[in-house]
Amino acid sequence: MATVKKVSAIKNTPQHLLGIQNLSVQEAKSILTEAKTFIKLNRSSSKKLDLLRGKTQINLFFEPSTRTQSSFDLAGKRLGADVMTMNMNNSALKKGETLIDTAMTLNAMHPDIIVIRHQDSGAPNLLSQKVNCTVINAGDGRREHPTQALLDALTIINRKGNIEGLKIAICGDILHSRVARSNIYLMNMLGAEVNVIAPKTLMPHGIEKLGVKAFTDMKKGLDGCDIVMMLRLQNERMQGSFLPSKREYYEFFGLTPDKLKFANKDALLMHPGPMNRGVEIDTKLADDINVSLVKEQVELGVAVRMACLKLYCK
Amino acid sequence: MTEKILTNLRIIDPSQKMDEVGNIIIDNNGKIKSIGKSTKNSDVSKSAEKINCKGNIAIPGIVDMKAFVGEPGFEYKENFRTLSQAALAGGVTSIVTMPNTKPIIDNVSMVDFIIRRGRDKAKVNLFPCASITRQTEGNQMTEFGLLKARGIIGFSDVNKTIQNTELMSRIMNYASDLDVLIMQHAEDYELSKNSCINESEVATRLGLQGVSDIAEKIIIERDLSLLSEYPCRYHINQISAKNSLNVIKKNKSNGIKFSTGVSINNLSLNQNDIGEFRTFLKLSPPLRGEEDRISLIEGIKNDLIDVIVSDHIPEDEESKRLPFAQAATGSIGIETLLSLALELYHNDSLPLEKIIKCLTINPAKILKINKGTLKKGSDADLCIFDLEKPWVVKAENLKSKSKNTAIENRKLQGKVKMTLLNGEVVYSN
Repeated sequence: MATVKKVSAIKNTPQHLLGIQNLSVQEAKSILTEAKTFIKLNRSSSKKLDLLRGKTQINLFFEPSTRTQSSFDLAGKRLGADVMTMNMNNSALKKGETLIDTAMTLNAMHPDIIVIRHQDSGAPNLLSQKVNCTVINAGDGRREHPTQALLDALTIINRKGNIEGLKIAICGDILHSRVARSNIYLMNMLGAEVNVIAPKTLMPHGIEKLGVKAFTDMKKGLDGCDIVMMLRLQNERMQGSFLPSKREYYEFFGLTPDKLKFANKDALLMHPGPMNRGVEIDTKLADDINVSLVKEQVELGVAVRMACLKLYCK
Repeated sequence: MTEKILTNLRIIDPSQKMDEVGNIIIDNNGKIKSIGKSTKNSDVSKSAEKINCKGNIAIPGIVDMKAFVGEPGFEYKENFRTLSQAALAGGVTSIVTMPNTKPIIDNVSMVDFIIRRGRDKAKVNLFPCASITRQTEGNQMTEFGLLKARGIIGFSDVNKTIQNTELMSRIMNYASDLDVLIMQHAEDYELSKNSCINESEVATRLGLQGVSDIAEKIIIERDLSLLSEYPCRYHINQISAKNSLNVIKKNKSNGIKFSTGVSINNLSLNQNDIGEFRTFLKLSPPLRGEEDRISLIEGIKNDLIDVIVSDHIPEDEESKRLPFAQAATGSIGIETLLSLALELYHNDSLPLEKIIKCLTINPAKILKINKGTLKKGSDADLCIFDLEKPWVVKAENLKSKSKNTAIENRKLQGKVKMTLLNGEVVYSN
C-alpha cells in the first residue's frame, strides 16, 4: 500500500464543505496542498489507502451526474471508505418524502460523510443543520460547486505553477452556473483577476460585486487572459427564451481558435463538462491537447475530492 | 357591563388629532363616553370600574388590513381562536381576513360560514374578504354585489394578481358601480416566474432566482392607467420598492384616487436579513434592498403609503423546513406588528402619530368602517401600550399557532399592556 506524506490537517476542521464562500484562504490552500499528494498516488498502480477505513460515505445525488458522482465514488474508495451512491431521481422523494426526512433516515444509519448534489440552492446547508456527519456539497442549484472550483485551481497550479497574478476568463452561461460562482470566489481568493463574459441575458444581477469585470464581447473579455474557462449552456435550467438560437450564440460566444487568439499566446482552455460541442466550443479545440486541460481537470478532480474527504471527515 | 374610567393615560388618536394626557370614560354599552384632558374622575358614577393605566399610551384598537386565518382548511396553521389571541396580544382589535382558505371564499355560502364561525370562536372584529376572481384563478369575477350584501368588506386574490388586463378593466368598471373595495397584489407573473427573492447581488450569491421590482411597478402602472378610466375603490395591498413609489407619486399628483399598503416586514427588514437561506424571511413581495426600505419609510412620511399591515401568514414548520425555493412564503406578525412599528419611532424613522395613523384611522377609512377612532360615541376598542418596555421576540412565546416569525430574537422596545374590545378588557399582561 502506498504511503502519503502527512500534511497537517486543517486546524479547527470545519465540519462541512458547503461552498467556497465559507472557506478561508488557509483552508483552500491546505485542501490544494493535500490534493497534490494524491496526484501521484492516482497515477500509480496501487491506488488504495486506508485513511478512511471503517468510514461510511453516502453520495446523495438528486440530479443526474456522471463525472462528479464517479469522481466522489472513486475518491472515497481509494481512501478506503465504504461508499454508497444513491440516485435520488426515482426514490422516496418521488413518494413525497422531504429532503429533511431522507436526511434523517440516512443519518440514523450513522454515515460519516454525506456528499450531496441537489437542484435547489441551499439544500446542502439545510441538510448540514439536520445531520451529525460531514456534509460535502457536490453542487447545489446555481449556487456553489466547491470541489469543481478546487479541482480547477489545482489544474491551473499544476500547469502554471501559481494562480496569483493570473488573469482568468469565465465565459458562457454565468447566470445558471454554480461552477462560475465557486470559481469566482476561489480564483479571487487565490489572487487571480477574473473576467466574466456572457450575453446580457445570461449575466446575473450585481455580478461585479462578486469581484469580477463583466464583458459581453469575447475580444475585450479575453484580452490578456491566461486561462479561458468555458461553461456549458444549461438548457435544462433555462425557462423561456434567453437566446435567439444556438447558432447565434456560437457566433458570438462560442470559443473557436480565432477567438482564443484574443487571449494570451500560451492561454489554456478549461471546461467543467459535459461539453456541447459546436455550441459553446469548437470541437477540435476541445480535443487539442496543447491548449485543452479538460482531461486533466477530470483526473485531478479525484485527487481534490480525496483531499476534501480526508480533511473534512471527522 | 359597568361604566369604566381609564386614568393616567397619554391618548394618541390621529382621527381627532389628539395627543394629550387624560382619561377615557367608557359607558355601559361599551362606547366612548368621554375622552381627553378635560375628562375627570368626577364625571363617572361611584360604581364605575377604575383602571389606572400608569402613564401608558392609549390608541384606538389597531386595524390590520391583511391577515390569514387558517379556517377553513388550514386549521393546523391557525384558527380563529389562536388568531384572535395573537391579535389581542398585539393590540389589534379589527382584522381583515384573507379569502385563500380551503375552500376559497368566493361565494355567499362560504361567507355565512366564516362569519358564524368567527363570531363563535374569535374575540376580535373580523372583516372577511372574498376573492376577486373565482378560485383566485384570475378568470371570472366573483359576485361582488351578493357578497358585499352578506358582509364582505373587500375583494382580494391575496398574493395573486389579476394578469388579464381586460378582466381587470371590467372588474374596476363593475366594482365602481357597487362601491366595493378592490385590493390588488402587484406582481407580473411572467417577470416573477420561479422567483423567490429580490433580484440582487444577494440572489446571485445564494444562487436563487430573483424578481426585479419592475414586476411590481408594471402592474401598478397598468392598474392606475385603468383606474383613471374606471375609477373604483382601489387599494394596492403591499408595495416593496422605491420604483413603485415613484409611480404612485406621479399618479397621486395627477389626481388619481387610490390607497396603498405596506407590510411591516418590508419597513423593518431587508434582503440581507435572509442570511443563509432563512426561509422565514421568504416573503411576497420579497424583501428588497436597504434603499427600498428607506424609501418606503419616506413614502409613509409623504402620505404616499396609507396603511401598515402585518401580512400575517402562519405556516407550519414542515412548509418552511425545505430548500429556500421550495419553502412556503410568508411570516406571522400580527402580534408583533405594533412593537416592530414602534422600532421605527425609537430609531427616529417616523413620528409616533404617523405610525398610529397608518395602523388605525387610515385603514378604517379605506375600509369605510367605524373603527380606528376614539371619538365620542365610537366603540371602545383600545390598545394600551408601554412605549419604552424592552423585550425580545421568542417564537415559543407568541400566541399564533404557527411560529414562523421573521424577527426571532429581535430586541424590541414597546409592548402592549392591555387591549379592550367594546369596553371589555380582553387582554392584559
